[in-house]
Amino acid sequence: MASILKVENLNSYIGQYTILQGVDIEVKKGEAIAILGRNGAGKSTLLKTIMGLVNTRSGSILLGEDSLVGIPTYDIANKGIGYVPEDYGVFDYLTIAENLKLAIRNDTKDGDDRIAKVYDIFPDLRKASERMARTLSGGQRQMLSISRALVNDNKIILIDEPSKGLAPVVIETLAVALKEISKESTILLVEQNFSLACAIASRYYIINEGRTVVNGKIEDLIQDTQLQATHLGI
Amino acid sequence: MDIFLTLFINGLSEGALIFLVSSGLAIILGLMGVVNFAHGALFVWGGYAYVWIYQMTNSFILGILAAMLIVFILGIIFEKFFVSRLYGNAPAQILITLGLNIVFIEIIRLIWGNTPIAIKKPDFISGTTIINGVTISHYRILLIIIGISVLIIVNYILKNSKTGMVIRAGVQRSDMVQALGINIRLYFTIVFAAGAALAGLGGALYAPLAGNVISTAGANNQILAFIAIVIGGLGNFSGTAKASFLLGLMNAFVAWFIPSFAVVTNVLVMAIVLAFKPEGLFSEGRKSILRLAVKK
Ligand SMILES: Nc1ncnc2c1ncn2[C@@H]1O[C@H](COP(=O)(O)OP(=O)(O)O)[C@@H](O)[C@H]1O
Ligand SMILES: [Mg+2]
Repeated sequence: MASILKVENLNSYIGQYTILQGVDIEVKKGEAIAILGRNGAGKSTLLKTIMGLVNTRSGSILLGEDSLVGIPTYDIANKGIGYVPEDYGVFDYLTIAENLKLAIRNDTKDGDDRIAKVYDIFPDLRKASERMARTLSGGQRQMLSISRALVNDNKIILIDEPSKGLAPVVIETLAVALKEISKESTILLVEQNFSLACAIASRYYIINEGRTVVNGKIEDLIQDTQLQATHLGI
Repeated sequence: MDIFLTLFINGLSEGALIFLVSSGLAIILGLMGVVNFAHGALFVWGGYAYVWIYQMTNSFILGILAAMLIVFILGIIFEKFFVSRLYGNAPAQILITLGLNIVFIEIIRLIWGNTPIAIKKPDFISGTTIINGVTISHYRILLIIIGISVLIIVNYILKNSKTGMVIRAGVQRSDMVQALGINIRLYFTIVFAAGAALAGLGGALYAPLAGNVISTAGANNQILAFIAIVIGGLGNFSGTAKASFLLGLMNAFVAWFIPSFAVVTNVLVMAIVLAFKPEGLFSEGRKSILRLAVKK
């Protein structure tokens, strides 16, 4: 299988702080990969570095054949990456419909059909489509943020802790939707909620202090309580 | 009653002028977090560009369009070569825009000299109409119409166009706008230049009203515009519009009834607003948009 995203020996920094110091990841077409690790390990920074929102010091990031290092964030997105940040990144002073419309890229021809499709996945959003996003609950914001990544035909979608701060019932709804989405999309999922990660991903990478330290199949990690205890604090 | 109506029209037309200058400031502040201290110079350039073209062509419309175009281009230059390097760095922005203000006013003096150049209102709009004993200046009516038209048009653009969506989104989360594949820097340049062009329009319309252009005309108008954006809620467009008309009306009435108070009132109102409602009089609880804009 062709690799969609390949990250090699990635080092990145914010200001004077080096955050990532050796991350290696490969995502193949159609896969859903989980990025695990304790708080502050560098998971969010990895996604931001891929998006060009955090500066790369050395190493490589390849989307298919294209290098993403050193090019502006909007070019990276336009190459076919959807990004769902940790804090949703929803535009408060746009309606739901406008948030979705703004996310449609110039080269996406079937934007309206795709919006109709995400409304089918998240009927809540259709009902509230003309409401300003600032009035939405955390769960609705997360749905909107994920939806924005679905209105284009992305090569890969980066999702940062979709379950964070949400009520268990909302997480369940999201889990069902994400499972559905993962059937048609390639996903790199950062997730602290272990059971959610297991439900969606087939393989995992564990990041510790800015380095990828272990990787493998999710089934094997589920068996390995020792590994879970060491790196995930479960 | 008669004087009341005259003052009302004068106040609204002053407000329209203040609005043209403050609207550009508000948009630039709201989207980019830049306090543009060069706005006064852009205003003066609008005035001189208008006079230059008007004297050459004798056309009011051409004069106005040329003023807006020239100041739009200046805006592109300001943004591309100076301001764009300093996003997120407020002290540096203040210094660079103050510097640009001084330099570009000096350039005016080099080209056009230090003495005021007299300019009459174009004939078709210079008259007055007397209704029930109240004298109404046609030019002031035109200012009100233009001010309100600009308000409606800019509001429409902000609400309905893609540019408007990018601006509303970018004020809050410019990083996320980029992560959706949008080159927000391009929008920054266009919006900065459009804000500049509005200042140019204000300067062009002000010259015939004042009866002359002079290189120092920017300062006072810039201060009024700053007061308007503070009262309106920093970077809040419709709040700035309301504050501009409020200031215009207040100036007209205070100047008539208590002339010695005319200058202090504006500053006094601003101080009161800052003390008791620092997010602005018309900010609908949308507080501290400035901080949001600077954060990126
Ligand atoms: N803006 C920043 N400035 C300095 N350090 C930061 C910044 N953002 C994150 N960090 C540091 O980088 C490390 C990784 O953060 P992050 O990627 O958010 O972790 P995770 O998502 O795995 O919880 C943490 O130690 C954090 O303190
Ligand atoms: Mg994180």
